[in-house]
Amino acid sequence: MKDLTHKDYQRYSRHIIMPEVGVEGQKKLKNARVLVIGAGGLGSPIAMYLAAAGIGTIGLVDFDVVDESNLQRQIIHSTEYIGRQKIESASQRLKGINPEIEVITYNDSLRSDNALQIMEGYDVVCDGTDNFQTRYLVNDACVLLGIPNVYGSIFQFEGQVSVFDAKRGPCYRCLYANPPPPGLVPSCAEGGVFGVLPGTIGTLQATEIIKLILGIGEPLIGRLMLYDALDMSFRELKLKKNPDCKVCGENPEVTELIDYDEFCGVSSKDAELVENIDVRELEELRRKGEKHVLIDVRNPTELQIGRIDGSILIPERLIEERIHEYEIAKDDLIILQCKTGIRSARALVKLKRMGFTNVKNLHGGINAWARLVDPKIPLY
Amino acid sequence: MTEVTIAIPTPLRVYTDNQKKVKVEAEDVENALTALVTSYPSLKRHLYEDGKLMDFVNVYLNEEDIRYADSTKLKQGDKISIVPSIAGGTS
Repeated sequence: MKDLTHKDYQRYSRHIIMPEVGVEGQKKLKNARVLVIGAGGLGSPIAMYLAAAGIGTIGLVDFDVVDESNLQRQIIHSTEYIGRQKIESASQRLKGINPEIEVITYNDSLRSDNALQIMEGYDVVCDGTDNFQTRYLVNDACVLLGIPNVYGSIFQFEGQVSVFDAKRGPCYRCLYANPPPPGLVPSCAEGGVFGVLPGTIGTLQATEIIKLILGIGEPLIGRLMLYDALDMSFRELKLKKNPDCKVCGENPEVTELIDYDEFCGVSSKDAELVENIDVRELEELRRKGEKHVLIDVRNPTELQIGRIDGSILIPERLIEERIHEYEIAKDDLIILQCKTGIRSARALVKLKRMGFTNVKNLHGGINAWARLVDPKIPLY
Repeated sequence: MTEVTIAIPTPLRVYTDNQKKVKVEAEDVENALTALVTSYPSLKRHLYEDGKLMDFVNVYLNEEDIRYADSTKLKQGDKISIVPSIAGGTS
């Protein structure tokens, strides 16, 4: 175990003088290894506070690059890093906060074929990802390796935090045995997120990580903390270990990592239904005055940014209920459009299942339209 | 019959006219949820599949998960919460 240096005593003096931490506790932090999955909204405050607290080794997993729309909440990145690797930007920031720590970067997505290798040897893993595939993958890998998983998740103004440590309590699968079908739960890119929310939730995760390493206080094991930023309220729910849990139960079925894309129902069958039209073709069709119905499936607030003239609005999640409000024959040409083409593709699958035969998806959405056809509409 | 409040999570409010809390009168949690989906029928298929609560939707009576509760009889002031899984974090 590495000892504290004179410089360490100076840097961490506000920790060390508290009996709950002390010299021994600070040494534990210095010798600890924590893996942060996702250098985004949650990963930003988590990694920064861990670095400041003197966690000796911080691993960072991310494959993305910094985008301007990240900066509203991902405070580890700065404007000058737009377009560069997130892990490069994040590790520079962490080194700036604390040059004494080691930062290990993994410029990759976490997958079934690399997760165990990457995660092995870490004392705590924290999950700040944005999709169900990775959430179940991280959970299962943590259970298999016996590593606690400090969980946080956010949507708009609400967040959830818990500590899943299968040796001492429930895991994520005990809470939610199966993921929702794709498209039912909107992502932050579609639903939006209050910029300061991941700051609050990530900071709670960092608190739990540091407590786990120090072995102090009451860890958030078997409890789910719900935070509502608009009400400024915290609520706590009790979580039970499920004896029939497929990964941490008495007779586990999952004894190695599985195919999480398939498990989360991201099916290629649905993708086959999607027929695209590009913005130039739509422009041509409109110029010729060919009959079609253009449906904008975004949320009403997004329309304030801009819209394509003549579109009708039905949010994607309500399309099945509200398509009947318009007189559209089953073989009329319907063109669906959202911001980038993802939600409209989901709406297309729903309409085809309802028997509409001539439905097309505007490839690239209104952002492509703004870029190539109508520059008066702002990109977002 | 007891009047209780059901807390609706953000992703499902689109089906409850943006109501964050819905008051219903019921004897137990099951009745309360039935009353809820009767008032807001489009919510039903986002909570149930083949008459069963879906795996990614948990329902709590006060702070206990109803899947593990012995009884879900309601008393004045009880709070029911619907807590679906959410995955946001990075993007």
